[in-house]
Amino acid sequence: MSLFSQAFAVARKDLAVELRTKESLNAAGSFAIVILVIFSFAFDSFSDEMKEYGGGLLWLVFAFAGALVFNRGFARELPNECLDTLLASPLSGAALVIGKAFANFTMLLVVELVSLVVFGIFYNVDWLGQAGWLGAVFALATWGVSILGAVFGALTVNLRLRELMLPVVIYPLMIPILIAAIELTNIVLTRRSISEDMQWVKVLVASDIGFTGLAWLLADTILVS
Amino acid sequence: MTQAIELNQVWKFYGDYAALRDCTLSVHEGSSCALLGRNGAGKTTLLRILGGLTHFQRGVVTLFGEKPRAENARRHSGFLGHGIGVYEDLSARENLHFFASITGNSSNVKALTDTWLERVGLSRVATMPVRQYSRGMRQRLALARTFIHSPRILLLDEPFTSLDDRAIAMLSELLTEARQRGATIVLSTHQLREALAIASHVALVENGRLRYTGERTQEMLDDPTLLYRLHTQLGVPE
Amino acid sequence: MREKLVVAFVALGAILLAYNLYQIFLVLPDEAAQGYIYRIIYFHVPAAMVAMLGFFAALVCSVWYLAGGDLRFDSFAASIVEVSVVFATVNLVTGSIWARVEWGIWWTWDYRLTSQLVCVLIFAGYLIMRRAIDEPTQRARLSAALTIFGCFDAVIVWKSIEWFRNNHPGPVLSFRTGGEQRMDPAMEHQLFLNALALLIMAVALTLVRARQESTAREIDSLRRAAHV
Repeated sequence: MSLFSQAFAVARKDLAVELRTKESLNAAGSFAIVILVIFSFAFDSFSDEMKEYGGGLLWLVFAFAGALVFNRGFARELPNECLDTLLASPLSGAALVIGKAFANFTMLLVVELVSLVVFGIFYNVDWLGQAGWLGAVFALATWGVSILGAVFGALTVNLRLRELMLPVVIYPLMIPILIAAIELTNIVLTRRSISEDMQWVKVLVASDIGFTGLAWLLADTILVS
Repeated sequence: MTQAIELNQVWKFYGDYAALRDCTLSVHEGSSCALLGRNGAGKTTLLRILGGLTHFQRGVVTLFGEKPRAENARRHSGFLGHGIGVYEDLSARENLHFFASITGNSSNVKALTDTWLERVGLSRVATMPVRQYSRGMRQRLALARTFIHSPRILLLDEPFTSLDDRAIAMLSELLTEARQRGATIVLSTHQLREALAIASHVALVENGRLRYTGERTQEMLDDPTLLYRLHTQLGVPE
Repeated sequence: MREKLVVAFVALGAILLAYNLYQIFLVLPDEAAQGYIYRIIYFHVPAAMVAMLGFFAALVCSVWYLAGGDLRFDSFAASIVEVSVVFATVNLVTGSIWARVEWGIWWTWDYRLTSQLVCVLIFAGYLIMRRAIDEPTQRARLSAALTIFGCFDAVIVWKSIEWFRNNHPGPVLSFRTGGEQRMDPAMEHQLFLNALALLIMAVALTLVRARQESTAREIDSLRRAAHV
């Protein structure tokens, strides 16, 4: 079985569990909506400036909601010692981590889509015209944070205070991805051309490739005690 | 005779503390080895090393010539630990389908799943989430999950503990079948009588060392505590 | 033997530091544009150098540990990280004070400052994570993985902001300007001398801390043996 098909099997299993329980989606989704609504009181949301700051607000929300999704990722393997069963199976560590990242990616994209709708309504920002570019930026950045979420979800799964350890460790690492995502989102929302600021795209691509490569290399080291 | 499992001068450390010391053991293909010893002796650690779940720092371990973490080694082994290793939110069918597909049988996953659901008596509840199963049903599902890919090596950590009668009978049947098809079995247990009844070989672990390895003899069957009295300093575990 | 080495490093570092302090505060003249406050550069830049060298050394030790399994490299990595976080913080604080006095701002998102801040955050997380893991081999393994990710991340942050924004003064040291002398040679010489002093102190601190880590591991193994 190739790495990709193994990873896909893991992702499919995780998404099947998630569709049944909706734990992560409910928690992350409602958190994102609540924060966006609260911030709409804090800022004067019916102004053009929101397009300049929208990227920062959205990606903060996605980062915090993402932590809720990532925490569940490997935690759902703990009951009944399922993680041991997976490690004893022919699945490679890399397939397990990348599969979890696929699942994180899918769930986070759903949360982002819902958040965009809420953002458009409460902040009166019309983003539909830029949906394609937004989709591309979101996909690149979301993969970066998802792979980090999967790797460090695996790393922190057996630690004391796991729910606290994961954010402490992962947020500083997300900084380059978040900065690039925020800049690019602002560029798209203010209808400027991305080709003016291609270095942020390069940052996202470099981060995605680098973190995925490191995840592939270090998965077994992290998972097997 | 092919050696299915070889451990040669294996040490496992937690920091500077040696949990396994200089362990050497050969298990030839088709035999069944009972790992005996008190709690904390190192039986589970040894089994986890064989299952590729934990690393060791010194020595050599091979399963049919491959390292424990090699994909081939794990494809040919089945591991049953303390946990049942199934997902509560999925049904029996979904669980078996997933485990069958990741153990490499992508061509006949559906057929295999159906066969094993029937075998362990879970066909009629196959679509219910495992969360709603009784304890006995979960145990039988765990057995199906372990044996579904007809592994050549079975690694079982105290498999008889907390099984109900039906599950014990099923496990014994599965183990007999496995032995008949030439599988190699390593199981750790406290239950001396059951273990010695099915084992062809024994290995006694105390404080991380293998105190005795060899064939199971009639004397051991007659007096299960003999091994402990002869070879350990700590005596018979209660 | 190790105690003697530590004492030697401390003594050497102390002497050099004393000489440097004398030179920095009493001998060298004020800088033309900035006045007295510029002397903070003799701590700000060397602290950065020591910190960055430290994080790189920690990366090397981590990779070495993963390759060979020798827990002494983990002890070194952890000790180096701890010392480097301190020096990185010194760099940030001195930079902040200098910027406030010179330009009226406490902080700016320059690439060097930002990547230093990110390093401090990542490796502070590393130190917090280590305290949450009791088992030494697991702790070593996971720490090494985090160090590798962290160093890669720091490089990405450095590069990404370097392309974008730069409020921080440009390079002045001759090895960075490609030989062009932008700083008075005596001042540059003093800066490197203080970098050496801080490096020696950092090495001494690392040796002491690494010894503590080894002892802690010994105690842990005795505790495990006692519980069997």
